[in-house]
Amino acid sequence: MTDFKSLPQHKQGVLIVVEGIDGSGKSTQIHLLHRWLQSEGYGVFFSEWNSSPLVKGTTKLGKKTKSLTPTTFSLIHATDFADRTEHQIVPAIKAGAIVLADRYVYTAFARDVARGVPKRWVRNLYRFSVKPDLAFYFRVPLEVSLERILHGRARLKYYEAGMDLGLSRDPRESFKLFQDRIMKEYDSMVDEFGLIVIDGTRTIEEQQAEVRKIVHDYLMDRLPNGKEARYGQVQILR
Amino acid sequence: MAKFKYYGEGLTGVDLDSLVGKLIVLEGPDSVGRSTQVALLRDWLESMGHAVAATGLRRSELTQEGLDQAKTGHTLGRRTMSLFYATDFADRLENNIVPALRAGYHVLSDRYFYSISARDIVRSADPEWLKEVYGFALVPDLVLYLRVEVEHLVPRALYGKGFNYWESGMDLALGDNFFDSFVIYQSRVIRELDKMAEHYGFIVIDASRDPNSIFEDLKKAIEPILTPTVEAIT
Repeated sequence: MTDFKSLPQHKQGVLIVVEGIDGSGKSTQIHLLHRWLQSEGYGVFFSEWNSSPLVKGTTKLGKKTKSLTPTTFSLIHATDFADRTEHQIVPAIKAGAIVLADRYVYTAFARDVARGVPKRWVRNLYRFSVKPDLAFYFRVPLEVSLERILHGRARLKYYEAGMDLGLSRDPRESFKLFQDRIMKEYDSMVDEFGLIVIDGTRTIEEQQAEVRKIVHDYLMDRLPNGKEARYGQVQILR
Repeated sequence: MAKFKYYGEGLTGVDLDSLVGKLIVLEGPDSVGRSTQVALLRDWLESMGHAVAATGLRRSELTQEGLDQAKTGHTLGRRTMSLFYATDFADRLENNIVPALRAGYHVLSDRYFYSISARDIVRSADPEWLKEVYGFALVPDLVLYLRVEVEHLVPRALYGKGFNYWESGMDLALGDNFFDSFVIYQSRVIRELDKMAEHYGFIVIDASRDPNSIFEDLKKAIEPILTPTVEAIT
């Protein structure tokens, strides 16, 4: 099932991704990790889910007109991901950067399957993706994330709340049921893909310290000479 | 039992039992004359009392604008292009073809995922990957493949709308001019379609002849799958 295409021999950079349900705190954590790696002198490249300039307009249109089905929702997000893989992620890794991704293929695996798309099909769809070196999964109980998201958020968007699934007419109720399904998918992927589980109920500082330690150990492992391998301001990983 | 089947795992949330129309696909390379035949077939079917819905590639409301923009800039990576077209096809399938089949229409599809895949394979996509991706597609009642050799396409393209960047495969750098590139590229697409004709069981129609002879052959191929219409009231 885990059928990632591996990069050729000259792969130099590192790919680190964060995952978790909405309100798990992953974006905060990757932001802090980004700042730290930069201050350490590494070349860092950041890529965010659903942000391809070529594809964004189409996704937006589909969401606005509510014309996306589970299949086209899945495909348009894969298109976005393919564009970022071809234009951003692969070149940056080959150039030796540390690539940070806020959400990765696991987001699609969790959300699309929660929408009823066959598991095997969506995993095949993303077969071209680069396998991350480290994939962090920020795990929080559903009540915690719901509290964070629903508190102070005026309105949930249609697809975000999973309204297309017809689980409930009430957006908040629908959101809860949908997030619950997504979370179950994430949990089932921990072993399948070797996700590193971070307890997202602890303080931001505690989580960040753990993440930094894991990243640090990984980088030191990849760099036999430690920081001596630094080239200018950009760390070249070989 | 449902009349339709999927090639693979199928579409999420579509009840196959509800699809009662007929799905007839016309395949073939660029400029082979598919749209002429679609128009003739539509008239013919309607004259017999069948409701017809015609649909073509890259007509999806969802992706038309985005795809046009991306292709104008020539900045689309190959994998991205594959998936963009797959999205487009899925949107057309779910929002045009499926509703028409549900309403009992005879759907004439000007191309299907076969030519999209053929173009992707010529651009070095993995055929097995594509086959699985397009596992959401319905198996048509009939696939009519308008087949020609590339020599026949050249004048049609030239005196038609002229050689086009993508239809000449210029992104592949196969030749230093549109003519050479067109010949190499379209030959490769035809080769892939030939393979699919065998694999998927297309009905091959010799499209090097005049439009009327082609039309006659198409009618002969379609007739057996038509449901009898009400006797003419006279």
